[in-house]
Amino acid sequence: MTTVAEAHGLTPVQLDALEVELEALRARVVSQLGTEDVRYIRRVIRVQRWSEIIGRASLFLGFLPPFWLTGVGALSLSKILDNMEIGHNILHGQYDWTNDPALSSTDFEWDSSCPAKGWQRYHNYQHHTFTNITGKDRDLGYSVIRISDETPWSPANLGNPLYALGLAAIFDHGIMLHDVDVAQVREGKRPWEEAKPALRAGLKKSARLAFRDYIMWPAFTGPLFLLTLAANALANLIRNLWAFIIIFCGHFPSGVLEFTEAECEGESKGHWYFRQMLGSGNITGGRLFHIMSGNLSFQIEHHLFPDIPARRYQQIAPEVREICQRYGIPYNTGRLSRQFGSVIFKIFRFALPSRRKRTGSVPPAPRKEPVELLAA
Amino acid sequence: MATSLISSGSLTKRVLRRAVRVFDVAATPYGVDRYVELVRPSWSSTEVRAKVERVTRTTPRSVTLTLRPNGNWHGFRSGQYTQLSVEIDGVRHTRCYSMTNAATEGGGRIELCVTAQPEGRVSQHLLRTARRGQTVALTRAQGVFTLPEVEPEHLLLISGGSGITPVLSMLRTRCALGWTKPVTFLHYALTASDMLYRDELQVMADTSPNVRLVRVFTDQPGTGDLDGFLSAAQLDGAGVDWAAAEAFVCGPTPLMDSARSLFDQADRADHLHTEVFTLTQFAAEAGSVDGAVRFAESEIGRESDGTPLLQQAEAEGLKPLHGCRMGICHTCTRQLHAGVVRDIVTGELTNGPDVHIRICVSVPVGDVEIDL
Repeated sequence: MTTVAEAHGLTPVQLDALEVELEALRARVVSQLGTEDVRYIRRVIRVQRWSEIIGRASLFLGFLPPFWLTGVGALSLSKILDNMEIGHNILHGQYDWTNDPALSSTDFEWDSSCPAKGWQRYHNYQHHTFTNITGKDRDLGYSVIRISDETPWSPANLGNPLYALGLAAIFDHGIMLHDVDVAQVREGKRPWEEAKPALRAGLKKSARLAFRDYIMWPAFTGPLFLLTLAANALANLIRNLWAFIIIFCGHFPSGVLEFTEAECEGESKGHWYFRQMLGSGNITGGRLFHIMSGNLSFQIEHHLFPDIPARRYQQIAPEVREICQRYGIPYNTGRLSRQFGSVIFKIFRFALPSRRKRTGSVPPAPRKEPVELLAA
Repeated sequence: MATSLISSGSLTKRVLRRAVRVFDVAATPYGVDRYVELVRPSWSSTEVRAKVERVTRTTPRSVTLTLRPNGNWHGFRSGQYTQLSVEIDGVRHTRCYSMTNAATEGGGRIELCVTAQPEGRVSQHLLRTARRGQTVALTRAQGVFTLPEVEPEHLLLISGGSGITPVLSMLRTRCALGWTKPVTFLHYALTASDMLYRDELQVMADTSPNVRLVRVFTDQPGTGDLDGFLSAAQLDGAGVDWAAAEAFVCGPTPLMDSARSLFDQADRADHLHTEVFTLTQFAAEAGSVDGAVRFAESEIGRESDGTPLLQQAEAEGLKPLHGCRMGICHTCTRQLHAGVVRDIVTGELTNGPDVHIRICVSVPVGDVEIDL
């Protein structure tokens, strides 16, 4: 059986060289971190806080359509910035070096139903350590969507597109339940006692946010109760759809590879880097798009260096790409429409049984030439 | 009362703060503070922050700051210190500074005197950049090195260099309280021009009853009131009745050591009170594994074996939250209360107090204390 690394013609020695290059790149960026990075994230936080204030305030005049729309827009912006560029990145410890409690991964709490602590445990640890290893990275399809040949097909998978739509609509709750690992509890792989405190914390936080968005603020606006409630619900929905799109584009567009547990057993750091590069896909776009996606549009760079401030990813992307080219590692990038299009294709495709048998091997990859794997 | 507290904010402010708590729910998950600080950085319902009201530079190597803390500051007893945080190149650094003003002073203001240390990142920064109107973060007053509530028969205040700050506060408080029993203020400085608060101390000695000022300029023999370093002979020669005094000492390690052996030999150790002058710098040599590890919350101590702190905690039966064990995921991030650790991946040294470290890749260098 060929491993993914062998299929790419990479020897352990080359993987070690890859490690050295990437570590050097990382060290250089880390040495440059400073005032500029702190000023940037504080500015994003300021924009987010002000848009939250503007959003809440506009809804007091929500009976006028422009104000209602402003409310929805500003609150969506606030929630998206909070979840993506601020929350996700701070919780990765990207700003721990600042030693500022307001930017600390241990203290930060975000505007998502998923409590920060539980998310950190599953996302930062399981997902980032075992990226795209079938059976270990539960972010592969979030246990509800079949996204790969490696998962055996069952008739329930016919509902794939519906599940995806449902998950997208309640994505923050989905992540919360995912972190509690309800699927594993149901299958009896995780004791209920272990999941219970996490579930309780998740439900408590969801309830608190629901109370805020669906009772308290609507009540503040008095006769406009229902209008405010609708605006808040719409803002949450927009945030969820956006997060779903960005995150699914990060790992599931075609060209992204999955690994088996066996080939990652006792892997070197070089192999780990290699796996991160193959397990992720980037999205091209403008400055605002990158900020709104929390720079997860540079998913490859993020997976190589998850704890470097995300605004740096764009700066190092050309170098990472050049390294990929030299080592013959595909650098998966494309427009949002193409990347998401291929995700949708996969969701539909894997609703149906796979044609070829599961072999555990990988498709051969092109070697030593500039490659851009795009969805056809 | 020897140690009166500065009043802790008016009633209206407290009512306002209560109301704020109700609105915290509406401002979930950040709380109202995070919004108010958009317009007023010195305001906070929980943290102590202070506005710099005045900056004076009295000696070439020091800067005196007058601060007005917000309502979360609950006053201080003279001799206590606060932990001041400033941001340098995007990184927040925290250092301890003793209040120098009288604890009886009204208006809630405090005065800190910062002397630039040769390698002192924070002190050098403050010397260069401190300006009026700036906001700094503080902690509430801490420390047990305080002026006694009952006036001692003879108060002996000994300081060296920038160690003058807590004992100066004691002297000022003593005078403000109208105490009249004898006080000896013995200060060691390198030269006369290095001496902090030189003129003010002279005025106090001249105008207050029973205050004796004894100056020693160790680099310029013959220019002060005495020469040389602290010893029984020096004190006896100057007629300081130290063996009957309540002594408070703050200064560099050799001064503290001399004071300790002096009072130990006279069997007066109970009457000697000391305050650490600078943070103990642990020998940060690469490869050194000697040192004690203390897990503060679980109250466990052990000899370091040179492995990462996560491993050492687990060896003691602790189960710290952790993830990848390779420095990637930050799940194991903990606060280093004191000491120095080395990152085994980058080789970088980090020293406390109160910085966040990933314990899976941090090995102790010398003694460390961690919040586990």
